[in-house]
Amino acid sequence: MKRTSKIFAVLMSALMVVFAFAGAASAEEASGTFKIGGIGPLTGGAAIYGTAAMNGAQIAVDEINALGGAVQFEFKAEDDVHDAETSVNAYYNLMDWGMQFLVGTVTTTPCIAVSAETNKDRVFTLTPSASSPAVLEDKNNTFQVCFTDPNQGIASADYIAENMADAKIAVIYKNDDAYSQGIRETFIAEAAAKGLEVVYEGTFTEDTATDFSVQLTAAQAAGATFVFLPMYYQPASIIFAQAAAMNYAPTWFGVDGMDGILTMEGFDTKLAEGVMLLTPFSADATDERTVNFVKTYTEKHGDIPNQFAADGYDAVYIIYAAIQAAGVTADMSFEELCEAVIAVMPTIAVDGLTGAGMTWAATGEVSKAPMAVVIKDGAYVTP
Amino acid sequence: MVFLSYLISGLSLGSVYAIIALGYTMVYGIAKMLNFAHGDVIMVGGYVSFLTMNSLGLPSWLAVILAVVVCTVLGIVIEGLAYKPLRSASSLAVLITAIGVSYFLQNAAQLLFGANPVVYIPVISGTISLFDGQLNISVVSVVTIAVCIVIMICLSAFISKSKMGKAMRACSEDKSAARLMGINVNKTISVTFAIGSALAAIAGVLLCSSYPTLMPTTGSMPGIKAFTAAVFGGIGSVPGAFIGGLLLGIIESMAKAYVSTNLANSIVFAVLIIVLLVRPVGILGKKVREKV
Repeated sequence: MKRTSKIFAVLMSALMVVFAFAGAASAEEASGTFKIGGIGPLTGGAAIYGTAAMNGAQIAVDEINALGGAVQFEFKAEDDVHDAETSVNAYYNLMDWGMQFLVGTVTTTPCIAVSAETNKDRVFTLTPSASSPAVLEDKNNTFQVCFTDPNQGIASADYIAENMADAKIAVIYKNDDAYSQGIRETFIAEAAAKGLEVVYEGTFTEDTATDFSVQLTAAQAAGATFVFLPMYYQPASIIFAQAAAMNYAPTWFGVDGMDGILTMEGFDTKLAEGVMLLTPFSADATDERTVNFVKTYTEKHGDIPNQFAADGYDAVYIIYAAIQAAGVTADMSFEELCEAVIAVMPTIAVDGLTGAGMTWAATGEVSKAPMAVVIKDGAYVTP
Repeated sequence: MVFLSYLISGLSLGSVYAIIALGYTMVYGIAKMLNFAHGDVIMVGGYVSFLTMNSLGLPSWLAVILAVVVCTVLGIVIEGLAYKPLRSASSLAVLITAIGVSYFLQNAAQLLFGANPVVYIPVISGTISLFDGQLNISVVSVVTIAVCIVIMICLSAFISKSKMGKAMRACSEDKSAARLMGINVNKTISVTFAIGSALAAIAGVLLCSSYPTLMPTTGSMPGIKAFTAAVFGGIGSVPGAFIGGLLLGIIESMAKAYVSTNLANSIVFAVLIIVLLVRPVGILGKKVREKV
């Protein structure tokens, strides 16, 4: 453990240099114990995302507190069961607790509701993983750690155009879900621009998310060798099982929602063999910071962290960087903190687990480079 | 060949609907009530078989038997606790109670098993490859269709031939007259629920094997679709539920394949509306003239 903290001390001092430049304008030194609240689904169907993000955030908070610097954090996570109404209630609970910064919410639909509230109340909001542009729309207090959906669609099409240009592509997406639809739209547009061949498009909804045999038969009949699945892992797990039952084995390509499929209870990871996905974080990366994070996370929670854990972890470090750059103190109100931090967000650059040199537009959108990974023997590896 | 695969997906989906619809229609036909908790008994069947296989590590045939036993008992208990005291109440009160039982089962399952969907390992797996691999049918689809036909035939024979079946038909015609003839109406209705719930257990196992996922709300959508199928075929009629279920599955598959995956559900329900406009009693429903 000593070694870990030493490495972090070094890393943090390196980061400090970045902040020193960014924060040159502010005269004051940031100090005090800030209260960070976290909201995400800790139970229910999307619990894998919320639990991972909150665990990651907690690790970052513990690390920063262990440094013993002037800035300390207190962290409290609330459950929203991936439900918008529950999420807004969780937000009120955290406000009663005295939250000054919000790391959340983890999933898109609740985040749209909660960020509308935080924008009205003026609470700085940094979502680890809610990727819809609607989360940011008309809200200058909300920033993202993850890519927006349109960026995921574009990045996926670009990656395919570069590496598998002659693939015959089928797309299956969930058309009552903003996340799935958003990615599909930009993917189709970019695929057309890059001259990719899309041979079939099929949809499903919450109510029909159990039977994919027709969509898969149609994709196979259309000669698709490549199936793009912009969706969460749960329907994807059924698609893999049904495709295997009909001997259909195209190349599967997912987006960040696919992350988590390997830790799903009872899922036969053999079915996901060869699945590719675009993710900003891979637990098998060999850089020191990722290795340490994976080690700490595995020690504490018993499983290998997914992308959401890294997003949550980065979120806390981004707030840390912004606090330093703005030179704010913990006795300021959440409104004052919000305005001060919003002002510095477009000026800072943060090296996180999910990307080096992440920067933000004033709209809240992050820019960083995604990376493709492939599932091999039940683990993510870089192709 | 592609058409054949669509047809088989439709038949397989339709067979699951049909087995569920058989339970609905039987209870409606005999007890004259809509048991909206039927879909949730399916979910219970799914969980019982899942836990037997995964947590206890017992073989799948035992899981099926255990699911049937648990669901049968559950059906009798539900009927005894929730519906029997309301035997003489208005049918609307019973309907609301049934909805209450449905929510109770869903939430109890959420409490016991959590809301996380689990991956159900099919009791039957494997694929039949025909025409040099051009047509691949999963074994579970074939089994589902076969089981559905066997159940339909047995149920029809049971209702028309056996003594209990005769008692059931008598209760369905006129409860008080049946009582005067020495038929134990309460017992007859309990048996009806027991059979309906046993069917739900089998449907649960087949549903989860075909579409390998399980969560506390697993039964609700198939339950509604199967209810639609029962109405479509003529509620109260056993062969009607069978035909209604199969047709619904096939229409859904074909609509998805040839019209639009977006509109599949709209088309299914549009067909239902048209059929009911032309034949208000459903395809095989009997017209009952009200005596004035």
